[in-house]
Formats: sequence, structure tokens, C-alpha cells
Amino acid sequence: MESAVLKIENFSAFFGENQVLKEINLSIPQNRITAIMGPSGCGKTTLIRCVNRMHELIPDARVSGKIFLDHEDIYATDPIIVRRQIGMVFQKPNPFPMMSIYDNVIAGYNLNGVKLTKGEKEKIVEESLKRAALWDEVNESLHRRGTFLSGGQQQRLCIARALAMRPAVLLLDEPTSALDPKATSHIEELIMQLKDTVSIILVTHNMAQAARVSDFTAFVYLGELVEFGPSGRMFTAPKNKRTEEYLSGKFG
Amino acid sequence: MIEKGTDNVSVELRQQLGLLTDRSTEDFWVRIHKRAMAGWKFGLSESFFRKTLYVAGTFVLVILIAIFLSLVVASIPAIRHFGVGFLFGTTWDPVRGEFGALPFVMGTLFVSLLALAISTVFSLSISIFLGEYFRGGVISAFITSVIELLAGIPSVIYGFCGLFLLVPVVRALEIKLNVAPYGVGILTSSLVLAVMIIPYSASIGREVISLVPSDLKEAAFSLGATRFEVVRKVVLPYARSGIFAGILLSLGRALGETMAVTMVIGNSNFIPKGIFSPANTLASVIANEFTEATGRLYLSSLVELGLVLFMVTTVINIFGKVIIGRMGMEDK
Amino acid sequence: MKELAIRRRIIADKSFKTIVVLLSFASILPMFFILFFIISKGISVVDWTFLTHLPKPVGEIGGGISNAIIGTLMLIAVSIIFSVPVGVFAGVFLCEYRKGSFAYFVKLAIETLQGIPSIVIGIVAYVWVVLPMGSFSGLSGGVALALMMLPVIITATEETLKLIPDSLREASLALGVSYPRTILKVVLPAGLSGILTGILLSVARVTGETAPLLFTAFGSPFMNFNILKPINTLPLMIFNYATSPYTEWHTLAWGASFVLVVFVLGLNLFTKVVTRKWKVQF
Repeated sequence: MESAVLKIENFSAFFGENQVLKEINLSIPQNRITAIMGPSGCGKTTLIRCVNRMHELIPDARVSGKIFLDHEDIYATDPIIVRRQIGMVFQKPNPFPMMSIYDNVIAGYNLNGVKLTKGEKEKIVEESLKRAALWDEVNESLHRRGTFLSGGQQQRLCIARALAMRPAVLLLDEPTSALDPKATSHIEELIMQLKDTVSIILVTHNMAQAARVSDFTAFVYLGELVEFGPSGRMFTAPKNKRTEEYLSGKFG
Repeated sequence: MIEKGTDNVSVELRQQLGLLTDRSTEDFWVRIHKRAMAGWKFGLSESFFRKTLYVAGTFVLVILIAIFLSLVVASIPAIRHFGVGFLFGTTWDPVRGEFGALPFVMGTLFVSLLALAISTVFSLSISIFLGEYFRGGVISAFITSVIELLAGIPSVIYGFCGLFLLVPVVRALEIKLNVAPYGVGILTSSLVLAVMIIPYSASIGREVISLVPSDLKEAAFSLGATRFEVVRKVVLPYARSGIFAGILLSLGRALGETMAVTMVIGNSNFIPKGIFSPANTLASVIANEFTEATGRLYLSSLVELGLVLFMVTTVINIFGKVIIGRMGMEDK
Repeated sequence: MKELAIRRRIIADKSFKTIVVLLSFASILPMFFILFFIISKGISVVDWTFLTHLPKPVGEIGGGISNAIIGTLMLIAVSIIFSVPVGVFAGVFLCEYRKGSFAYFVKLAIETLQGIPSIVIGIVAYVWVVLPMGSFSGLSGGVALALMMLPVIITATEETLKLIPDSLREASLALGVSYPRTILKVVLPAGLSGILTGILLSVARVTGETAPLLFTAFGSPFMNFNILKPINTLPLMIFNYATSPYTEWHTLAWGASFVLVVFVLGLNLFTKVVTRKWKVQF
């Protein structure tokens, strides 16, 4: 049995009166890539935004149920602490435009006022950029602003920025949907290398990507968890009829 | 150090390398992580910060209310003494303690309306020039920049130039027309003021004219209308309320304009008789007499003039902004 | 028949365009007149002595505008101190809470404040500061100018911050950065160019203001570094000297006008350069 890094229990999310997630029960395995897939609007983005408590930034947002990160109830902890242990990469790359590449990577520490020596900072930046497979391309221009980077490079910078915090879980919200195919495959390779040190949840509407990259897949439809299992099996022999219909393109 | 190989090999390699060489790195990360988790306690609390924002917003509101109240309270001696008749009193005589605002109300109206009439002709031309004929390009950029510069020149400079350049000209004109050759007076003030307020209505006018939908214009053109006819029959009617709002805003600006007017209006506290009379506006009499006002009633009367000015300009400005706001919504 | 009518319409069309063009160019003529006179009459007056010496008593030739220059700079500093912190925070408030009804009233207050004639602001500063203090002072002048700067700074801050996409905020929050730090260390720096523009433009505006200072800062023939005493500024000096009967003072006023116009127009130009250079693209 895989050990679970994240346990989602009877979890529901609401926007005002509108229930967007319905009693989700899900265990995210440690050091694996779990894809969450489903048609647009099914709640998959909401789900991961609940995991790092970004959902509650919207006024009128409400949740019920529990999510445990390594046995800690994340809704009983300060959201800031939660977000430092769970990193997020967004659909559209969003590096800080006023900061250099170096400052972007170390931003999680700088912005939070964590005191580090120059040596420590340099080590963090180098390691994070190496893990994000960006070091070779930018190590000569670390102190330039990141605006000259291509879309794929910017996204890897965002991954490095998240990795610098050494999160236990990394949430990827459709990280390649704004990128061209070459950049996409780079990032997919990268994600697969990362799972040794971090557990990854990958939201994607691209079934092929989910099949390529993930170890486990959860299929969410209309706010409900329809099916969850090893990706290999899910894509070839799904247990649930709705999963099968989605995979064969009958909707979504 | 860690290489990408074929998947199986690299995983093994990584595991070995991880165990052997990365212990110090792991320690490093554990230390950093602990520090990162601990650091958050010291810093701004969110609720305190949000309250500060609210305080800042409230402060602005409080300032405005305080401004209004200060003017009212400081005017009370005059209000109590003269009542509403203050506005219609024809005599302003500090020596005798008689303070009536009518000379200044009339002076203000004369100067502002005349300035408005003169400037509208020019600002409308500029609006059409920039909004219709020369919408882009070098000429447009040039004219726009100069208009911006016009708006940036300090009022006292306008007054100074008006005093030394325009007044002699007006004086010569008055001599020719056989009127008292003051040089200063309502006409001179209106001319200077007209130049000063052109930028305001010009920029608003230009915006609304350039926003007239081109399909409306094209429909008219395709029926054989000339540019002039399209402007007259399609563009101007469509942009009518925006142009009007621009004129209102110019008026608001004109009413409050002080320095340039003070320097060329001739400082007379009597109801102006004609276009060549020296006069005073609400703003200019305050500028001229405030520092010499002796006695509570005198000062309070001047403040009351300021209160009147405040209320009139506020009403006109709000009215103008409401029209612009409504126009914006209509366009969408 | 028809041909005649059409020709008439064409003539009307061409005349209209000619009139519009002529009137437009006529409108900008005053600008060139003013600049020409200020430069021609002022530039000969301005030299190093002029800028660094105090004005001389009436009748004596020479003298300078040093106290006015220092006074202008001091007042700018005071009004920036009073208006920028409050203004920027109020602008942040209007951006963060833009959906509330309270924000609507605050915006209304700001628009009203912006339209208040500068002489009325002077009266207010007189009532608030001069009366309690019992004397004219640079402080009261600074308060008056700060009141005039506030609306511009607030609006510039608000509009700039509104343009910053939410994704920037989210990136910061997702790193576990608190909301206050996100605003102060991510959002505000991203909007720095727009905010700076607002500040610089409002400074350019108040540098040339005379009316609100007539009975607050009041003016002074002496050099004064004490903000609690009356202080001279360039516009005040120009006003006093231009309206005096002494031709030597008129000459000084032309020189001072030259300095003032160069400063104000230069500041406007500088603002444009700064805005373009520091602008953050999203």
C-alpha cells in the first residue's frame, strides 16, 4: 500500500450557495504523481486550491470536511504555514516581473523575511534551478529580470520558485496548457524527475498528458470523485462507466 | 552531478547518490525549512493591515467633511449677521463693516461665462481637429503636447504675462474706443482665463468625439455627406453630452481660478458695469483682502465667500462627472 | 442646379476644415508667446548670483531668489511627507475594497476634493493651522499643498494597482506570504512607476501654486529653514514682485518665472521618462 501524504476526507467546497465539490474522499500517495482530470468546470482546480487554502481567498467561499497533510489538519493550521509546505504552479507562468531570476527563486524566503546568509541563498537558488532543469540555461544571467525567458522557461522558473521552499506537496494547475508542445514535453520530463523528493498533484484536462506522466489518476466530474486508481489501469480498463465515457470523448 | 539517463538506471543512481552524498544537503534543507516555518510570527498581522487600509479610506472622507465644516463654522459670524441677504448685498465696504457678495458673484459670472464662451470656440475646434481630422500622427502628437504644456503652466505665470503683455494691448484698445483706459478688467481677465481653460474641455471633447462609432459616420459618408455635414449632423449630436460635460468641467475650473484673474482684474469691489470695468471675483477678492482682514466679521465674510465658491464648484464638478460617468456606461 | 448646391457644400466643407485648423493652431499660439517672453525676458536675469542670493531691498540693484528656491523645495518636501503615505494607502484601499459601497463614497470625496478651488484650500489650511498656531508658517502651506496633492496620488495609485493582474498576488500568496507583505512587497513595487507618476505630477502641479500659500506660507524676504515660520516660494515671489510698482522687481520676477517654468516643465518631462523606463509589463 502506498503511504499517503495527503488525506482528503468528506470534503466539500461551496461558492456561496453553489456546491462545487461534493464529499470528496481521496488519498494522495507520497512521492508519486497523481493526476486529477475531468471536463472543464468539474471542480478539479477548486480541489487543489482547497488543498493550499487559496480557495478561501474568494469572498463567499466555504468548505466542509477535512484535509490532512501528514496527519495535520490543514484547516486547523495557519494558512500561511500550509502554503509554505504545499507549493503551487499556475496555468499561466507568473514569475515576479520586477525581480531578477535569482530573486524570483528565493522569493519565498525574501518576501517572508526569513534571514539567510548569501551562501545559503546561493545554494538554494542553484539547487532549485537544477531540480527545475533550468540551471544550465540561466546560470549566467541570474541577476537579470526573467522577462527574456520563453514561456516554458518561465514556467520552470515558477517551478524552481515553488521547489525552493522544499514543499512536501507540489500542486500543478494545468502547468503546460499555455505552452507549446516542446516546452510541454520538457516540463513533463521534469515533473517525472521531481517525484523523488516531492509528491505531485497534477490537474490537467489533457488525458494524454495524464496517461503519460502520472502514476495515479483521479477522475472528477461535476464535483464528485468518480474514480481513482493507478493510471495504467484507469486508462485501459476503467471501472466506472462515466470514466469510460469521458475517456472515449463522449463528453467534456 | 545527477545525470538524466534512461529511467531505470538513473533512478538507481539517484538513490545511491542521494544516500551517499546528499546527507549534508538534507540537513541544510531541514535547517532552512525550520527557519522558514518559524519566521512568520514576526510581521504585520493581516487584520491590523486591513484596518489600516480602512483608516486611510476613512481619513479621506473625514478630511472632506472637515473641510466643509471648517468653512461653515468660520462663516457663522457672517451668516448670522447678514443672513441670506449676504449673497445679494451690493456693497462691500470693510471700513463701514458692510459686506455684500453681489459684486463678486457678478464679477465671477461675467468673467467665467465670457471666458467660457471664448474658449469653447477654440476648444471645440481642437476637439474636432484631434478627434476627427488628425487622430494620430505627428501633428496630433504635437498639438496634444502643446495643449498639455498649456495646462501645466502655473496660474501666476499666466497672470504675469497677462499683466505685461495683454493689459497694454487692451489699454490701447480702450483708448481707441474712448473708454477709461484701465487695461485691466473683465475683458482682460476673461481672455487670460479663456486660454487657461482650453485644455480641459479640449481633452474631454477630443475623447468623446473620437469615440463616436465609425459605422455611424460611414453610413452618413456613404450617403454622400461631406465631412463637415457628418461632423455637424452625426458626430456633434452624438458627442453632445460629453462635450457639455467638458464645458462644465472647464466652468468649474474657471470659477475657482485665482491668481491669473487677480492680477488682471483690477481689484474693484463694485458691481461691474461693462466689459471694460475693473472688478473682482469671489476668488480674487479673497486673495486680495484675506491677509488684511481685520475683525471677525470681515474675515468671516471672506470665508463665507469661500464657502459659496466651494459649493458652487462642487455642484458643477459633480454634475459634469455624473454626465461623463453616464456617457461611459452608455457607450458599453 | 444640383451642381451648384454640391459645389456650395464642398466649399462649406473645405472652409470648415480650414477654420478648425486655423482655430486649433491659434489656440496654441499663447503657449509660444508665453514661453517666448519668459525666456527672452528671464534668461538674461538668471545667473549664479541670481540663484544663490537673497532678494535685495527696494531700490537696490541685484539680488536673487535663493530663499524662494529653498522655500519651494522645503514646501514640496513637507507636502510629500503629508500626502504620500496617506494617499498611497488610500489608493490601496480603493483597489482592494473596490466592490464595497464605502469605496464609492470615498471616491466621491476624492473627486470633490480635487475640484475645490485652491484659494478655498488655503482658507481651510488657515483655519486648521494658522489660527491655532497664531502665525503664518511653511507648515500650513505644506498642509494646503498636501490637500491638493492627495486626490492625484490616490487616483494614480488606485488605477495603477487595478491594472496589476491577480496572478501576481496569487503567486505571492501561494508561497505562504501574508497578505500585508504581498501588498507591500509585491503589488506596490509592481505598480511603482504609476504611483511615482502620480506623485511627480502632483508635485509639478503644486510647485506652481500661489493662491493657497497667500495666507499660509505667506512669503518672506529672508532665508528661512524653520518650517514653523513664514516661507517664500517661487510663485509667491513672482506674484509679489510682478504686482509691485518697482521695475527692478519686475525684472527679478521674469527671472523667477523662467526658473519656475523650467522646473515645472522639466518635471513633467522627467515624469514621462521615468514612467516609461520603470513601467512593468504584464
